Amino acid sequence: MTRRWHPSLVIGLAGTAVFLTLALLSLVWTPYPIEEIDLASKFSGPSAQHWLGTDFFGRDLLSLVMAGTLTSFVVAAIAVAIGMLIGVPLGLAAAAWGGPVEWLLLRINDFLFAFPAIITAILITALFGPGAVNAMIAIGIFNIPVFARVARGGALSLKTLDYIGAARLAGMGNWEISLRHLLPNVASLVIVQATIQLALGILAEAGLSYVGLGTQPPATSLGLMLKDAQSLFLLHPWLSYVPGISIVLIVISLNLAGDGLRDMLDPRLKREGLANAAA
Amino acid sequence: MLLFFLRRFLGFAVTLAAAAAAVFLLLDRLPGDPAQFILGINASPDTVAALRSQLGLDLPLWQRFGDWFLALLHGDLGQSYTQSAPVAALIGERLWVTLPLAAVAMILSMAVGLPIGMLAARRRGSWLDTGLMLLAQMGIAVPNFWFGMLLVLLFSITLRWLPPGGFTPWQEDFWAALRGLALPSLALALPQAAILARVMRTALVDVQGADFIRTARAKGMTLGEAVWRHGVRNALVPILTILGLQFAFLIAGTVVVENVFYLPGLGRLIFTAISERDLVLVRGAVIILIAAVTASMFVVDLLYAAVDPRLRGGGRS
Repeated sequence: MTRRWHPSLVIGLAGTAVFLTLALLSLVWTPYPIEEIDLASKFSGPSAQHWLGTDFFGRDLLSLVMAGTLTSFVVAAIAVAIGMLIGVPLGLAAAAWGGPVEWLLLRINDFLFAFPAIITAILITALFGPGAVNAMIAIGIFNIPVFARVARGGALSLKTLDYIGAARLAGMGNWEISLRHLLPNVASLVIVQATIQLALGILAEAGLSYVGLGTQPPATSLGLMLKDAQSLFLLHPWLSYVPGISIVLIVISLNLAGDGLRDMLDPRLKREGLANAAA
Repeated sequence: MLLFFLRRFLGFAVTLAAAAAAVFLLLDRLPGDPAQFILGINASPDTVAALRSQLGLDLPLWQRFGDWFLALLHGDLGQSYTQSAPVAALIGERLWVTLPLAAVAMILSMAVGLPIGMLAARRRGSWLDTGLMLLAQMGIAVPNFWFGMLLVLLFSITLRWLPPGGFTPWQEDFWAALRGLALPSLALALPQAAILARVMRTALVDVQGADFIRTARAKGMTLGEAVWRHGVRNALVPILTILGLQFAFLIAGTVVVENVFYLPGLGRLIFTAISERDLVLVRGAVIILIAAVTASMFVVDLLYAAVDPRLRGGGRS
C-alpha cells in the first residue's frame, strides 16, 4: 500500500534534517574553531567571512550555532530516550495488569508530574553542581509520565479487542501480550509523542542553560548562547537573534514533523497531540 | 460528590507528602557537613559538634525527617543560614511577585488563546484558520525567555512604553507594580496562548462531528447555536487538562523569566540560595513550587467533575 506523504511531515523532516546535518557536521568541521577568539572582528554583522557575524569575543556565530545545535539535540534526544525506556514499559504494565499494579503506577505518574524539569534541575544542581547531564536527567524524568500516559492510553483502547482476548485464551501471559501485541500497536503513538517531546526538550534545554542549570562553558548550546547574549542584547540584539531563531526553526520543524506523522499514521488520532505540550 | 472530593484530596496529600520526602532525602545525601560549612574550616571540632546537635544533625534520619515534616505542616520551613531569616518569610515575600506574575500570564493566555481557537474552528479550512494556526505553531516554538528579551527591545527600548525590568513593591505603587509585570507575563503567556488556541480549535472541530450536534441541528438549530449550547461544555474537558498543566508550568516558568526582567521573585531567591549553598532555603522553595504544581492538578481534577458529571465516579485516565 502506498501512502501519500503528508506535507507537514515533508517540511518538518526537511527542516530537522538541515539542522541535524549542520549539528553533525560540527563534529568534523566548523567554518572557524568555536573557541577561536578574534577580538579585532568582534560584533561584526553577517559578512562573507562570517556568514552569521561574530560575538563579543569575535567567535564565529555560525560555528557556535552548529556546535550548539548538536548539544541541544543530544540533550533532548537522551531525555526522550530516558522517558521512553522507563515510561513506555510503565504504561504498558499499567494497562496489561490493571488493578493494584495500575493504581500504583498511576500514583507514581502523579508523583513524577509534580517535578517539572526546572525543579528537578534545581535539585540536581544543588546536589552536584550544574552541567548538561543535569538537563538530560531533569527533562528525562519529566518525560517518563508523559510516555507512560501515552502508552497506557493506547494500550487500554486495544485491550478490549478480540485478538487480545484470543491471545489470552491461547494462554499468553501479561508479559507476552504486552510485548507481542500491545507494544507494536502503541509504537506509532510513542513515535509521534517522541517527536513532540524532542521539540519540548530543545526548548527546555535552552531554558535550563539560560538560567545556568544546564550546559556549561566551554561547551556551547543554543540556550547558553542566549545566556551569553543577555547582557549585551540591548546594544547588540543580533547576538540573541541567531540562536533564538535557530531554536524556533528547529522546534517548528520537529512539531510539523510530529503533526504530519500523526495525521499520516492514524487520522483518528488528530485529537490527542498537544495534551502534553504545556511544558 | 463528597467521596469524590475526599478521594482526590487524599491523592493530592499523598503525592505532596511523597514529593516532600523525596526532596528531603535527596538534599540530605549532600556531601559535606552543614555545620562545618556554616562555621568555616577553622572551627574547632567541639564547636562543630555543638552546632550539629543544636541543628539536630546528630539525630537519626527518620527523626530529622519527622521533625522537619511536622514543622512543614505548621508552615515552618526552617531557618536560612545565609539570610538569617525564617525561610517561610523569605518565600512569602517573593510569592508576592511570582504568584501575580503567573496569574496575570494565565489570564492573558486565556484571553488571547481561547478566542483565537474559537475563531479558527469557526472558519475551519479558510485562510484565516491556516494563518492563525501557523501563528500558533510559531508561538509554541518561541522560548519564552527569548520572547521576553524581544519584548524589552520593542516596548522598553524602541517605544519606551514599559520598564525593561525591576519591580516596584505593590504597597508602594500598585500600578507601577502591575506595569512591571506586564512584559514578563506577556512573555510567559505567549507559548501557553498558542497551545490553548490549538487545543481549543481541535476540541471544537471534534465536537462539530459529534452525534449530539447532528441531533441538535436536526432539531433546527444552526451549527453555531448547537456548538455554543452543547459543544463548548464538551470541549472544556481537554481545555481544562491543558489549563491545569499550564498553571503548573507557568509557575515553573516564572523561575526562568524572572531572570530576564530582574524580578525579585521565587526564582531569583532559588538561584541566590544555590550559589550560596543555602540548602534549607533551596529545599523550602522547591517544596513550595511542588505544592503549587500539585495543587493546580488537584483543582483541575475538581473542575473536571464540575464540568463533566460522568467523571465523578471513576478515576481520571
